Amino acid sequence: MTAAVKIDVARLDAWFGRVHAVKGVSIQVPERGVLAVIGPSGCGKSTFLRCLNRMHELVPGARAAGRVLLDGDDVYGGSVDPVLLRRRVGMVFQRPNPFPAMSIRDNVIAGLKLNGLPRDTDEVLERCLTQAALWDEVKDRLGGSPLALSGGQQQRLCIARALAVEPEVLLMDEPASALDPIATARIEELIHELKERYTIVLVTHNMQQAARTSDLTAFFYLGELVECGPTEQIFTNPKESRTEDYVTGKFG
Amino acid sequence: MRRFRLRKLVNVTMTVVCGLAVVVALVPLVSLLWLVIKKGVAGLSPEFFTQLPTPMGVPGGGVGNAIVGTLMIVAIACAIGLPVGIGAGVYLAEKGDGRLGRTVRFTSEVLAGVPSIVIGIVAWGLVVLPMKRFSALAGGVALSLIMIPTVARASEELIRLVPRSLREGALALGVPEWKTSLRVVLRTALGGIATAVLLSVARVMGETAPLLFTSLNNQYWNLAPDQPTASLTVEIYDYAISPFRDWHQKAWTAALVLLLLVGLLNLGARVLSRNRLGGAS
Repeated sequence: MTAAVKIDVARLDAWFGRVHAVKGVSIQVPERGVLAVIGPSGCGKSTFLRCLNRMHELVPGARAAGRVLLDGDDVYGGSVDPVLLRRRVGMVFQRPNPFPAMSIRDNVIAGLKLNGLPRDTDEVLERCLTQAALWDEVKDRLGGSPLALSGGQQQRLCIARALAVEPEVLLMDEPASALDPIATARIEELIHELKERYTIVLVTHNMQQAARTSDLTAFFYLGELVECGPTEQIFTNPKESRTEDYVTGKFG
Repeated sequence: MRRFRLRKLVNVTMTVVCGLAVVVALVPLVSLLWLVIKKGVAGLSPEFFTQLPTPMGVPGGGVGNAIVGTLMIVAIACAIGLPVGIGAGVYLAEKGDGRLGRTVRFTSEVLAGVPSIVIGIVAWGLVVLPMKRFSALAGGVALSLIMIPTVARASEELIRLVPRSLREGALALGVPEWKTSLRVVLRTALGGIATAVLLSVARVMGETAPLLFTSLNNQYWNLAPDQPTASLTVEIYDYAISPFRDWHQKAWTAALVLLLLVGLLNLGARVLSRNRLGGAS
């Protein structure tokens, strides 16, 4: 790993009430790298992801302990405003969640408008939709409802919306699990393009997806990080037998 | 076989009983509409909508000032009641699980159950006494007290229907929580809230008791909110308890006008909610 470390997680623990969802996880993600987080349902991968932009703490009774460094600064430091942190660490969710009361256009620039960030909105609109590989499909109906788009288009709209606030890191929580294989392929292509500029953490249930898109893969099981390493090594020559059993389909 | 026949018999009997119940429920409604239309239509004329009431014994005249007055009082009620009601609804939906939230919810339920005449007395004490005069403002305050609990509860429920994922989507963009509540969540629920508001306006428009000793009545045009103001409901009441035949006629016609106004609002609410359910475009 020659690139600078973008995200440095050390001994991260997270709880929902009494449930210990993430147990002592340490992971480093290099700048412009793609980390895929795999593991069976309920293994804490989504919770881990949400700890990175402090979305976790929005759930009543949830808390986290440990250290998460973004460019060397602790995101849980006392002077860090989680609102500003989330502008640096964007997020795409499992189900497409465009704002139904806004047009396609307003969805893309929602982050800028709601945050009062002065930008050339037309430029942002075209750039983000192009980056999200959606521009050609929606350029003639920017004023229309996002609900008229297909699921895959809606998800790419949500990616464009996340890109508009110019984040440095993009967290993706099973972004393709609600989509069909063709839409999934488009999202994966998109991840390939986006990693030129952004550091990406991708949670997925789909091991082929992890193998296709990521540089690093982390395998979570029951809240613990079992193994983290270069994707190729995890899928061909894992060190842990539990990882091998999971990636070869013996359980999970 | 006997069982089967018995069951069919019970089935038919119950169907007939339910049908009768529907007829019984509809009879008052239809007869009310029929009566108001039949008796009211006789006095209907363009002048009735545009002219002032005439003194006893003078033919003609209308309730133009009362129509304007009702609209003004309801507008004042909305100006007070909607921000408070919708604001309370947002609070209850977003932060209402604590002790304060439960207290607010309980209080608003109690308020919704207070008889409207009592609300009128409260508004009299709150506004009429200190101002030392009856006014449209006092009437508006009284009606707003009736609107607040219904608008608050409806807003709360409609805001709770907005999926959590939308909140999270906005928060993940680095939008502060209060802006997320107002500009994403509330905005998404606004179509439904508009419907609820129209129904609530239609309901307070038909209130008489809270206006009797707040906005009182006025024989002339009035647009000043600090003056006594005519309203359709109080006008109907005054005409109806009078001993004069032509005033009785005016009461019927004014009742018909009020019914039309309320019906229009209900129709508007229906159209709004249908457009919302019709969805995507």
